[in-house]
Amino acid sequence: MTESSGSKLLNGEACQRTLRGKNAGKNGFVKNHCVFEHPRKYRRPTERSQNAAPNSSLYKKPFSESFEETPLLVAVLTYMGYGILTIFGYFRDFLRHWNIEKCHIAHEREQQKDFVPLYQDFENFYTRNLYMRIRDNWNRPICSVPGAKVDLVERVTHNYNWTFEHTGKVVKDVINMGSYNYLGFAENTGACASAAIETTHAYGVGVASTRCEIGNLDIHEELEQLVARFLGVESSMAFGMGFATNSMNIPPLTGKGCLILSDELNHASLVLGARLSGSTIRVFKHNNMQSLEKLLRDAIAHGQPRTHRPWKKILIVVEGIYSMEGSIVRLPEVIALKKRYKAYLYLDEAHSIGALGPNGRGVVDYFGLDPKDVDIMMGTFTKSFGAAGGYIGGRKELIDYLRCHSHSALYATSMSPPVAQQIISSMKIIMGEDGSTLGKDRLRQLSENTTYFRRKLREMGFIIYGNDDSPVVPLMLYMPAKIGAFGREMLKRNIGTVVVGFPATPIIESRARFCVSAAHTREMLDTALRAISEVGDLLQLKYSRRERPLSTPGWTYEESLLQD
Amino acid sequence: MYFKNFREYLSWLYFQYLLITGIYVLEPWEKSIFNSILFSAIAMVVYTSYVFIPIHLRLALEFFHEIFGGQPESTMTLMN
Ligand SMILES: Cc1ncc(COP(=O)(O)O)c(C=O)c1O
Repeated sequence: MTESSGSKLLNGEACQRTLRGKNAGKNGFVKNHCVFEHPRKYRRPTERSQNAAPNSSLYKKPFSESFEETPLLVAVLTYMGYGILTIFGYFRDFLRHWNIEKCHIAHEREQQKDFVPLYQDFENFYTRNLYMRIRDNWNRPICSVPGAKVDLVERVTHNYNWTFEHTGKVVKDVINMGSYNYLGFAENTGACASAAIETTHAYGVGVASTRCEIGNLDIHEELEQLVARFLGVESSMAFGMGFATNSMNIPPLTGKGCLILSDELNHASLVLGARLSGSTIRVFKHNNMQSLEKLLRDAIAHGQPRTHRPWKKILIVVEGIYSMEGSIVRLPEVIALKKRYKAYLYLDEAHSIGALGPNGRGVVDYFGLDPKDVDIMMGTFTKSFGAAGGYIGGRKELIDYLRCHSHSALYATSMSPPVAQQIISSMKIIMGEDGSTLGKDRLRQLSENTTYFRRKLREMGFIIYGNDDSPVVPLMLYMPAKIGAFGREMLKRNIGTVVVGFPATPIIESRARFCVSAAHTREMLDTALRAISEVGDLLQLKYSRRERPLSTPGWTYEESLLQD
Repeated sequence: MYFKNFREYLSWLYFQYLLITGIYVLEPWEKSIFNSILFSAIAMVVYTSYVFIPIHLRLALEFFHEIFGGQPESTMTLMN
């Protein structure tokens, strides 16, 4: 839904620009040479874009991504629901304020009551009065390996989620639709696990020093060479934490006088990194290349604000798969833009590495592009590899520079050896270097599962966001009460899911997010789908107004018709 | 949805009402506050409309009758 309005707006602006450009052409203003201009003003939601794939020549295969519009009635009811809950929130706050009711959450001490309050903002109101009521859906302790099935610790609450008690029982064999275990490497048996155990025997678990002091083990060097080979880049570097990889490696790359162009839905770690760097940040519409191009052109034409000096450098920051939308970055277009406007590209492949592409090498592999076109390849080992940590890959000079400037290389303890071993073993399996076809099988299984799961959900009439090939499958819930109800009802049916609400998504677009894994068998997926359908009927979640089965007249970015 | 009997259908409807208004997540006493406010408001609306609408309708009818009522009968026959 945001897409359509966003695109209209942008194209409107593009038109204005054209006019302005023509008038001001003589004064040295930018003339209109946009790479990506829509042949038409905008597409109406009901229109099927048969021939409106402006840059389809850049894609080697169909790129079909859809974000069905929120039905108006649902949006209105959602706001109404939030309104009612907010009124009750104020009411409860009122009761707490006058000590009619006991306040469980952090609040000012009596002695400090005239101080500027520490704990008062909207998000806190939200936590106290909305999140708390359905908190039983999150932070649930699990007590087994988070593979295709997990065991949960059973817990109860006697005071409406303010405190929990463990009953000592275990909920067995819950189908896990929430872990980022794309290739199913979260295992406690098998080749990877035994290799990790051996490494623990050899090196121990802790390293107790940083990479540039006594924490640089041979296993780390081996890992970095392997990662570089896997990605097809000159050199790479591994860090102990994915979040820190982003937030600590953007600051050494950009600084004052630089411009960061960031997708509006980038992960918190990227946002934090960009803010820490002190550069100017401009945000473009999610995966919208017209918006990005407009920002690039403006940046080059106008330079820095006030001084109008040219920007020192421009860094485009995008992700491979967006974890809340399930969309895949339009990388061929981003690269075309980056080349044209001489910007740098930072690609975060946290979710896509291992999960996309015929060889599991992420979006670059998926689109069949050259990894050398991406200046900074970042990714994490937390997801597909079933380990922990992150990497940066790129040219040798870049990595050498980061080795002595990145905070997470200089000040953070290096990666634990068994974790490094887990990455090495799983990566070798994906690459087929262990002499088996296990990796290929897993990749194929994942893409089959993804296609199957997405197709079935769509046929059932749910609103599903994202790209058809992305293993992250968001299912829209919208109304606040349905977030809680969905999680609880699914768990009653022995399916563990992740439900996501406001701070992570726009306020009305609450959703449930499934992550398909290669470890899921067809039976598990069928069980899950049956339960989802049942809960969908119970909660009336089948909002989609597309004609079923499967054609997509809704507003979409659709480029499934490639002539060439 | 398939329902065994009418009661099940009613409880499903009530569940939908809980979900859509969002009071599904509230504590029982808050639910009853909300319900009693809502239902008393609805009851008052129904009652006032029951009491006042007939009066207003009659007044309106009289008003229009006064405006248009003075017309000669011949126009009516002409139209027929
Ligand atoms: C896009 C993206 N970048 C970075 C991270 C952080 O990685 P880690 O969990 O390894 O710290 C995540 C994690 O969810 C992510 O989704």
